[in-house]
Amino acid sequence: MSWRAHGSRAWLMQRVSAVYLAVYIVMFGLYLLLDAPTSYPAWREWMGLPFIAVATSVFFAALLMHAWVGLRDVIMDYARPPVIRFILLTSVALGLFAMGLWVLRVLMLIPTPLSIVTVASGILPLATLVHPCTA
Amino acid sequence: MNSSMNKKNRPIFMNLLQIRMPVVAVLSFAHRVSGVMMCVLIPFLIYLLDLSLRNEQGYAQALEILRHPFVKFMAVLMVWGLAHHMLAGIRFLLIDADIGVGRDSARRSAWIINVGGLIVPIIALLVLL
Repeated sequence: MSWRAHGSRAWLMQRVSAVYLAVYIVMFGLYLLLDAPTSYPAWREWMGLPFIAVATSVFFAALLMHAWVGLRDVIMDYARPPVIRFILLTSVALGLFAMGLWVLRVLMLIPTPLSIVTVASGILPLATLVHPCTA
Repeated sequence: MNSSMNKKNRPIFMNLLQIRMPVVAVLSFAHRVSGVMMCVLIPFLIYLLDLSLRNEQGYAQALEILRHPFVKFMAVLMVWGLAHHMLAGIRFLLIDADIGVGRDSARRSAWIINVGGLIVPIIALLVLL
């Protein structure tokens, strides 16, 4: 795809991730309201359920991607001298990248039968972050 | 020469108290503010998740952090950010789908969201207290 497509790709990524984030947050909120964990083992077991672990990995992937596109837009609108803009964009990208690694490590430590799927979907934030950086 | 003079003399009007802020502009601005605010909170969220999953003590420690008054205050602020950001986001998606594009309906939905976004954290505050 040519570089011209990047703007519309970011636009689409922002909307797709927004829908996923909204669904996950509402579901997680309902879980906390209706069936909140009462102990450490219960919480850990729930987070380790294959479906929840994968959904949470995808959540953080979508969250970091959504944050990247949003912050990128804000910085491009307000950060005036190009040097400042470059420094801000670089530090935000690196910060989000580091957070992706951190979440990956946290989620990998929960034992789950589907840990390979978890790891694979946890890598998503990294892959999606690297790409728009070159845009 | 003339054009550069014009550029220098162009009136710059940045008095935020005097710029007209229609409801739709307030909504759009709040969408950005709440978004940036929640971005700042991401590392704290990951830290809490990390701590709560580490071991029994970490779990208890995470719960204790969440009980702290300042953290509760931040949580209410975040509920506002999340509520407003989500409602305004759904509104933007509907506008993308050509729903509520007209001036009157756009203004009406902006009013509902700006006010509704404030009501949600008030409810959360009542629940927390």
